[in-house]
Amino acid sequence: MTLLNPASLPRNPAISFISGGDRTIRRRLFLSRVFAWACRTATYASLAVLVVLLAAIIWSSIGRLAFDFVSNTNSSDPTKAGILAGIWGSFWLILFTALFSVPVGVGSAVYLEEIARDNFFVRVIKTNLSNLAGVPSIVYGILGYTVFRSSAAVLKVWFDGQHAFNIMGLFRIRLLKLPIYEDNILVGALTLTLVVLPTVIAAAQEALRSVPSSIRMASLALGATRWQTIWRQVIPAALPGISTGVILSTSRVVGEAAPLIMLGALTITTMVPGNIDSPLKLITRPMQVLHAPLDQFTAMPIEIYDWSRQTDSQFTAVAASGIIVLLMVLLTINAAAMIVRHYASRRLKW
Amino acid sequence: MKSKRRLFVNFTMAIVSALFSGCTVENIGPPTTDTDPAVPAMTFGSGEVSRIQIDGSSTVKMITAAIGEEFEAKFSDVKIALKVTGTGTGFKEMIAGRIDIANASRSIKESEKTDCAKNGIELVELIVALDGLTVCVNKENDWVDAVTTAQLNMIWESGSTVQTWNDVDASWPAVPITLYGPGEESGTFDFFTEVINGKEDAIREDYSPSADDNVTVTGVSGEKGGMGFFGCAYYFANQDKVKALRISPTDSVTNAVAPTPETVKAGKYKPLARPLFIYVKKSSLARQEVQDFVRFYLNGGQKQVSAVGYVDISDEQLKASRDALEAAIE
Amino acid sequence: MTPVKLPAWASRRVSRRHEKLIQAALLLCAALSVLTTAAIILVLLTNAVYAPGAKMAFFERVSMWDFLTGLHWKPVDGEAGRFGIIPLLCGTMMVAVIASLVSVPAGLGAAIYMSEYAAPREREFLKPVLEVLAGIPSVVFGFFALKFITPWILKPLFSTIGLNLQIFNTLSAGIVVGIMVTPLIASLSEDVIRSVPRSLREAAFALGSTRFDVSVRIVVPAALSGILAAFLLAFSRAVGETMAVTIAGGQQAIATLNPLQGAQTMTGFMVHASTGDSSADSISRMSVYAVGIALFAMTLTINILSGWILRRYREVYQ
Repeated sequence: MTLLNPASLPRNPAISFISGGDRTIRRRLFLSRVFAWACRTATYASLAVLVVLLAAIIWSSIGRLAFDFVSNTNSSDPTKAGILAGIWGSFWLILFTALFSVPVGVGSAVYLEEIARDNFFVRVIKTNLSNLAGVPSIVYGILGYTVFRSSAAVLKVWFDGQHAFNIMGLFRIRLLKLPIYEDNILVGALTLTLVVLPTVIAAAQEALRSVPSSIRMASLALGATRWQTIWRQVIPAALPGISTGVILSTSRVVGEAAPLIMLGALTITTMVPGNIDSPLKLITRPMQVLHAPLDQFTAMPIEIYDWSRQTDSQFTAVAASGIIVLLMVLLTINAAAMIVRHYASRRLKW
Repeated sequence: MKSKRRLFVNFTMAIVSALFSGCTVENIGPPTTDTDPAVPAMTFGSGEVSRIQIDGSSTVKMITAAIGEEFEAKFSDVKIALKVTGTGTGFKEMIAGRIDIANASRSIKESEKTDCAKNGIELVELIVALDGLTVCVNKENDWVDAVTTAQLNMIWESGSTVQTWNDVDASWPAVPITLYGPGEESGTFDFFTEVINGKEDAIREDYSPSADDNVTVTGVSGEKGGMGFFGCAYYFANQDKVKALRISPTDSVTNAVAPTPETVKAGKYKPLARPLFIYVKKSSLARQEVQDFVRFYLNGGQKQVSAVGYVDISDEQLKASRDALEAAIE
Repeated sequence: MTPVKLPAWASRRVSRRHEKLIQAALLLCAALSVLTTAAIILVLLTNAVYAPGAKMAFFERVSMWDFLTGLHWKPVDGEAGRFGIIPLLCGTMMVAVIASLVSVPAGLGAAIYMSEYAAPREREFLKPVLEVLAGIPSVVFGFFALKFITPWILKPLFSTIGLNLQIFNTLSAGIVVGIMVTPLIASLSEDVIRSVPRSLREAAFALGSTRFDVSVRIVVPAALSGILAAFLLAFSRAVGETMAVTIAGGQQAIATLNPLQGAQTMTGFMVHASTGDSSADSISRMSVYAVGIALFAMTLTINILSGWILRRYREVYQ
């Protein structure tokens, strides 16, 4: 078969751009190379921006980043201001958000993946979840303010030591005096749970989907009920994926400021919940530990926001140091997720 | 048998829901030792930690924050929860009974007084410092050093059409004016609009409001034609970024006065000199930590007033405040 | 043949009721998401549109027409209050448009590069970089915009041109939101581009196409619905972005299209309002709900549109 000369082919307009001739080919090859470079620049520009961002932040934090930054609370003196209150606030928030969102999220994912039949209601739930994932977090802040904070305000009134629980007019139990604040950690954690729930559910669903159906079939064939299959076979098999996804989703909690500001966490930036300001006190002061979730709080991104607005230029260094601490925490959490995934998936071999 | 079990379940559910529907929570007043068993007060472990809730003006906040920090350093089991939402909102919080002390850069309005009385809140008004409200422009603004109140009114009044400095005075260049200032919840805002524009809340619409005076300072310092107003402590803290204008209440600028501690104390800085207040909830004064804190505010803490950049009140005024406090504690 | 030995746990008798109970509990968990959406809609509607009881909702005091077309936004009580959302809308749109101008070329370029051009090891290196960029919280970007982009990049640039750049401006906010949103476009577009079958590309190469021809004339049109959906999702994310625009974008609520000025966005207003005014019944607090409902409606519409485009115009290959 002889090779066809492209120049001798009939001039079909649809193909002519391909087989144009020598000059056209050179031009097109040049264009292709330019395009390749444009795309490469676009990609490496993102890398460059990341590097510039980190360098700029590290550079501006010089002057404040020291150990006492992590052990002091906020102060109007920039040389003394520290992020301790933010660290503890974020700690309690992550703890309770995980506590609330993991059971609900994994439970929902299990239901949607394993149990639900494909009827109208289930489809509504699934569409709903994908819509909720796209809702800006500040809307959840509005919801949290209206529902959770108002409930906390009501509970605050009930638990002031002067109210009693009246059962049918027969018994009366005086309610304890609990120092409940309206803008407390639990309210913040509930709001943040709503923010991260769609992501947790999506991650858990992915993990459950990755379990081969042969495991389920085998379990059912051996006479296990559906729930036994799920609880004893599927979930343990999906555990690495679930834990990685859950850890990564709850790490978003560390960076969320907008919903917390709507709840009123902004302006008090020196409050360490329960006054527990060192890990030792977690063990030695159980009463204070019980109070912490009901206490006012601040969080790391909120303190950074506050410092960015200050006019004293020394606060720039403080804000940058805060950002570095925040990024370190995020890095640690993500590294933990990677380690979990690595070690847990080693045990599973399909 | 299935039906019996179902009957039993339904029966218990009915009882439980009846119980829940008949339950209420009611206010029965403080515990008395003879009728109620000793209520175990849940304390913060070995040392009960007390909180003082303070809210209000961003102007006064600088003093309260500085004094609060010194106080916390002395008394480690007291924590000051300091919010800054504006004088107006501070009063609203006080009316709702949520805070112990309200920072205020203006005196309380009659309507706010009646609202407090309606809710059974008694307040103690204490003058704590003097302020010379400062009008500032950008550092690069070299054409104006002093303004009259009439010129300020022209720039800031509601419906003002002034867009450039040239519109105010033909000898000034046509640099666009960008205006920054506190929002309508701020006592500084109330004071400025009343004194300069003649009516409270009357201000042009296109200025950049912020409850945080830091944002105002940043705005003015970043904009050649910028102009803003805030308490003098914010000026003294940012002298490297903004320039203060001398103010003249008359038609000419020859006798315009600059805001300095001396001119404010002597009453020469007109009309923008004003007292700064804190309003303390009387029932909170029953708590030892609040007593200690307010006493400290008027005694050892007073040195923070000038350290922060405001002006000390005269000795008579200070004595009057202290007397009012002691009278309220009884 | 010996009978199969059941594992110990399988011989426990589990009642059907037990199973049903657990399924009901899990269904409750899943239904919580529906409850959340219902709660959001309920809360926004009762405070903005119609409030039962003595409280007056926002739209009972301010007409919808004034709200949607008014050019002044000054949410105070009394005579001076103006409730036109156009200024906030201008701010939000400016930020979102600038963010799109930044993120679409960068994100799409990155997606095309990573799927068409990059060596596998390069991909392994670049993907985590984009994920790191996506994971950085927005307060960090807001700080970066205010303290670095505006004073060190934009101010010198614009003063040599001779234009006046304010210290709070929507340009820096938009740029930074664009950076935040680029990884989203990049990863979503890349997924769609990779799903275009290799046979299409190979056919084009066989006919003598260059890599440019393949990418731009074959692959992108084939993946267009997905790319469009990704762009819409990124746009909605930019609309909902809060912290970066609050720090860098300013608080002046004026209807302007000048990106060199500060302009308050819808989200910026909500943050500002919640730190300044907490009185429950006042019109200024109610206005937060009104803006909230507008924001929710906007993002929901864009997200639904994005999903619809993805499903309707998706190219199906056997």
